[in-house]
Amino acid sequence: MRGQARGEGNGGMIDRLDRPPYLAVGLLSAAALAYEVLLTRLFAIIQWHHFAYMMISVAMLGWGAAGALVAVLREPLQRRYRAAFPAAAAVFGLSALGCFLLAQAIAFNPLEAVWDPRQFLRLGLVYLCLLVPFLSAAVALCLAFSRFGGEAPRLYGADILGAGLGALGVIALLMALPPMRALLAVAALGLVAAAIALGPRQRPAWGLLVAAVLLALAPGHWAQLRALEFKDLAQTLKVMGTRVVAERYGPLGSITVVESPQVPFRHAPGLSLAAAGEPPAQLGVYIDGDGPMPLLRYTGDTRPLAYLDGLTWALPYHLLDRPRVLVLGAGGGQDVLQALYHRARSVDAVEINPQLLGLVQDDLADFSGRPYSRPGVRVHIADARAHVAGSRARYDLIQLALVDVFGASAAGLTALAESYLYTVEALGAYLDRLDPGGLLALTRWIDLPPRDLVKLTATAIAALEARGVREPGAHLALIRGWKTGTLLVSKTPLTPVQIERLRAFSRERAFDVAWYPGMRAEEANRYNQLARPYYFEAVSALLGPQRQGFVERYKYRIAPATDDRPFHFHFFRWESLPEWLRLRERGGVSLMEWGYPVLVATLAQAAVVGVALILLPLILAGQRLPRRGRSTVLGYFALLGLAFMFVEIAFIQRFMLFLGHPLYAVAVVLAGFLVFAGLGSRLAGRLPLSENRIVGLAALVIAGVALIYLAGLPGLFHALAGLPDAGRIVVSLLLIAPLALPMGMPFPLGLKRLAARAPAFIPWAWGINACVSVTAAVLATLLAMHLGFASVVALAVLAYLLAAWAYGSMARHTV
Amino acid sequence: MGSPLRTCLTSLLAATVLIPWSMPATCQDPHADARRQMVREIAEMARDTAVETGRTRLDARVMATLGRVPRHRFVSPADLRQAYANRPLSIGHGQTISQPYIVALMTDLIALKPGDRVLEIGTGSGYQAAVLAELGARVYSIEIIEPLARQAAENLQRAGYGQVQLRVGDGYYGWPEAAPFDAIMVTAAASHVPPPLVQQLRPGGRMVIPVGTAFLTQHLLLVQKQADGGVTTRQILPVRFVPLTGGPRDR
Repeated sequence: MRGQARGEGNGGMIDRLDRPPYLAVGLLSAAALAYEVLLTRLFAIIQWHHFAYMMISVAMLGWGAAGALVAVLREPLQRRYRAAFPAAAAVFGLSALGCFLLAQAIAFNPLEAVWDPRQFLRLGLVYLCLLVPFLSAAVALCLAFSRFGGEAPRLYGADILGAGLGALGVIALLMALPPMRALLAVAALGLVAAAIALGPRQRPAWGLLVAAVLLALAPGHWAQLRALEFKDLAQTLKVMGTRVVAERYGPLGSITVVESPQVPFRHAPGLSLAAAGEPPAQLGVYIDGDGPMPLLRYTGDTRPLAYLDGLTWALPYHLLDRPRVLVLGAGGGQDVLQALYHRARSVDAVEINPQLLGLVQDDLADFSGRPYSRPGVRVHIADARAHVAGSRARYDLIQLALVDVFGASAAGLTALAESYLYTVEALGAYLDRLDPGGLLALTRWIDLPPRDLVKLTATAIAALEARGVREPGAHLALIRGWKTGTLLVSKTPLTPVQIERLRAFSRERAFDVAWYPGMRAEEANRYNQLARPYYFEAVSALLGPQRQGFVERYKYRIAPATDDRPFHFHFFRWESLPEWLRLRERGGVSLMEWGYPVLVATLAQAAVVGVALILLPLILAGQRLPRRGRSTVLGYFALLGLAFMFVEIAFIQRFMLFLGHPLYAVAVVLAGFLVFAGLGSRLAGRLPLSENRIVGLAALVIAGVALIYLAGLPGLFHALAGLPDAGRIVVSLLLIAPLALPMGMPFPLGLKRLAARAPAFIPWAWGINACVSVTAAVLATLLAMHLGFASVVALAVLAYLLAAWAYGSMARHTV
Repeated sequence: MGSPLRTCLTSLLAATVLIPWSMPATCQDPHADARRQMVREIAEMARDTAVETGRTRLDARVMATLGRVPRHRFVSPADLRQAYANRPLSIGHGQTISQPYIVALMTDLIALKPGDRVLEIGTGSGYQAAVLAELGARVYSIEIIEPLARQAAENLQRAGYGQVQLRVGDGYYGWPEAAPFDAIMVTAAASHVPPPLVQQLRPGGRMVIPVGTAFLTQHLLLVQKQADGGVTTRQILPVRFVPLTGGPRDR
């Protein structure tokens, strides 16, 4: 756009449309990516957060389908390009809003899917609905590539630069606006892209701009989020007398605080049956409609907090004298108050969500009594793991009670969510922050048959052994109620006095002891009786010589999670599948861990649809595609799709641990990859080297950098963990640049080569890349679960090298 | 054998004479077959889960009761055809009517005798209360969602269980005027067992609480109060599951 387009009289408009629409492509790409992120947010509120994967696959599917569509209808669409590009962009803008509202009205209820197969039909409809906006945006982009393939490096640069900025922009948008308003803004952006594509001389362009402004400024109440009525918040608000007293929104979730004067909240999970007192007044805090998390009334008088001593995780306070406490995942402040009740010497509280802290400390300060500002209490806004890595402070107690991956729920699909809170390395890092005699207290929900706490115990044993502890059993204690269980990991062996206190604590509260050093089997399973003393048996087996066999025979996956395979909640085992399936009809679904099989099913579906979309153009428009070079084109663009996605996903995981914030990590890393790849793409068009050589060099650089990172990043991250947030973001971006710059080169150079030799291939190639990317996104997670993220990177490197070879062979053949 | 009509009239006559009015006359009831089928399915599931629940079959009285209570009067009109399917159904307000098998199992677990006093927390559709009343218990039930409570009252009245005592309000403190109870049934989600409810349970009494989500009961918690006032709990899986490790059936 170096200015020569201006002032060319009547021909200006035509010229504008005859040049690649860089700005419109960038905007549209930004809007589409923002929309994808936004949908995961919106669906977390109206349904559950498990739809993140669905959004990624529906978006990529839209891309793949657009490739197929444009490949089949290339000529008619090319002829009408001037109308088709802006029209597709405008349809994106309108359907981004319209199709979401429609999808919301379909009222798909995942909870009922077990009983009612029609729910799957509804899910399919939701999927189709959401496909429309992505398909429209992708058709516009694919048309642009198809028409201006010779300019592919710059066009692709604008495309992914836009996407990168969209990834960052949507986070900013979510901080500033409620989610529904953010949706209106994204829809408006789509219309603006369409208007810009048309240019100022076209009447409809102004109409689109007016529509965009109206959309962005429209009063919010006509387009509202309607949560499924089975969500916790929706159910609570049906209770007589309840009302919402405060709300905050942000990229980490929408928070709603509810008051219930007639049927007060009394959230005290697993409170001892021997407890006589009633919890003091509470407000219920709901994040994305899931909850409640209790927000206690506190006036400085700790006496009404006595019930906090009846929870399983009050145990460590009976073994330690006025400890210095670190509370991880402090949330509404319950565990901080528990520490104050037990006269802790000091409390450091770590909470990731600033909006939640704002509610507790400011909006509801009169009620909460500002627990985080009490003498001796310090609060840190950070991810638990990152805070521990960056801190040099020492503690007597680290408390991690019922902290799930953010926004996680009990539906079993959390298996997909990686979590660095409960890995061997994490537990080791917590232990490193303890002084001799210090305790790590981990509290989880009791499940039946037991799996969560059993796996966590195995993880703790591995962490102790990694620190050279010979007899891990001497450092462990496990107690359980009917709802929660608390595992204590002691830095030094538990003392006889501590063991005596532990037994007394449990006896008085009718909690069962499931392990302590020297425990006899008769003592297990007394108060809350299971069919067998499962927990005692499990811990004994894990500490004994038969550990390996026990882990292998167990019905659920209980091998410890590691930083390379951070899937604590992945309990699924293929060996148990037949049994679970037999029980499905009988209501046995709750035994099944659904996350993993859903992932496999998603992969299968993505693969089938992907293959269909790749073959479709060959079948319907085969005569227009050259015969020669098909397999090379297929191979090259498929390998690139796979490799790019693998690298991106694996490094998002790696940087998540370093950046210490799942959401910001995704945003920063995604934006980093896309922006630098975009710059790389532009650079590729200007390098004074042959294209063959550029692609080959790019692959070699990617391979070298990726392998160096695999070996060097953990050490580097460990050394730099103490940097402030901004420092870590800058370091991350600097580290991403050398990897992402060359990653942006092979794809546009491939398109450029096609444009020069066989332009009919362009939409097909573009679609192949997208279809493989969908599959690769799911496949990467699956592979990471089995082989670890390191292997995912290694496979990506292999794919890049193969792709470079394929490019060379494209050069040797006609294509 | 006489004509079906005559059989029907005869038994109808017998019914009017011998059985209380509330009892539906099966030969007239278009749902009778569905209900019998439902009871058969429950019996089959109960046999299958004997290891977990500790009993090879559910109490015959409980089964007979489920065979009599008109569940179709407690579901929303849109779900009439599904009324006797062995699955939970939505009843509006974000609430569900439990799977019949779970209703049977929970009822069985509290081991009622006729004349027992039962407190129910979470009336819902009123179906569980109807089952308890049909078993001859004196039922007190509390619901926290007002429109749901109204609907339940109407359902119970129309199905002939007007004797069930209903209250709208907080279930946490139980129903002190009617305490002590021989059994307490909590059909709503609970983060902990409310101490007042434990206090209102008669020594030797039983309380049962489901754990899970709206459409899925993961397991049941059975709370037993000993004669000396001590309390133990048992967690019961409603489905059959081969032992985790080491058991004879394990590989």
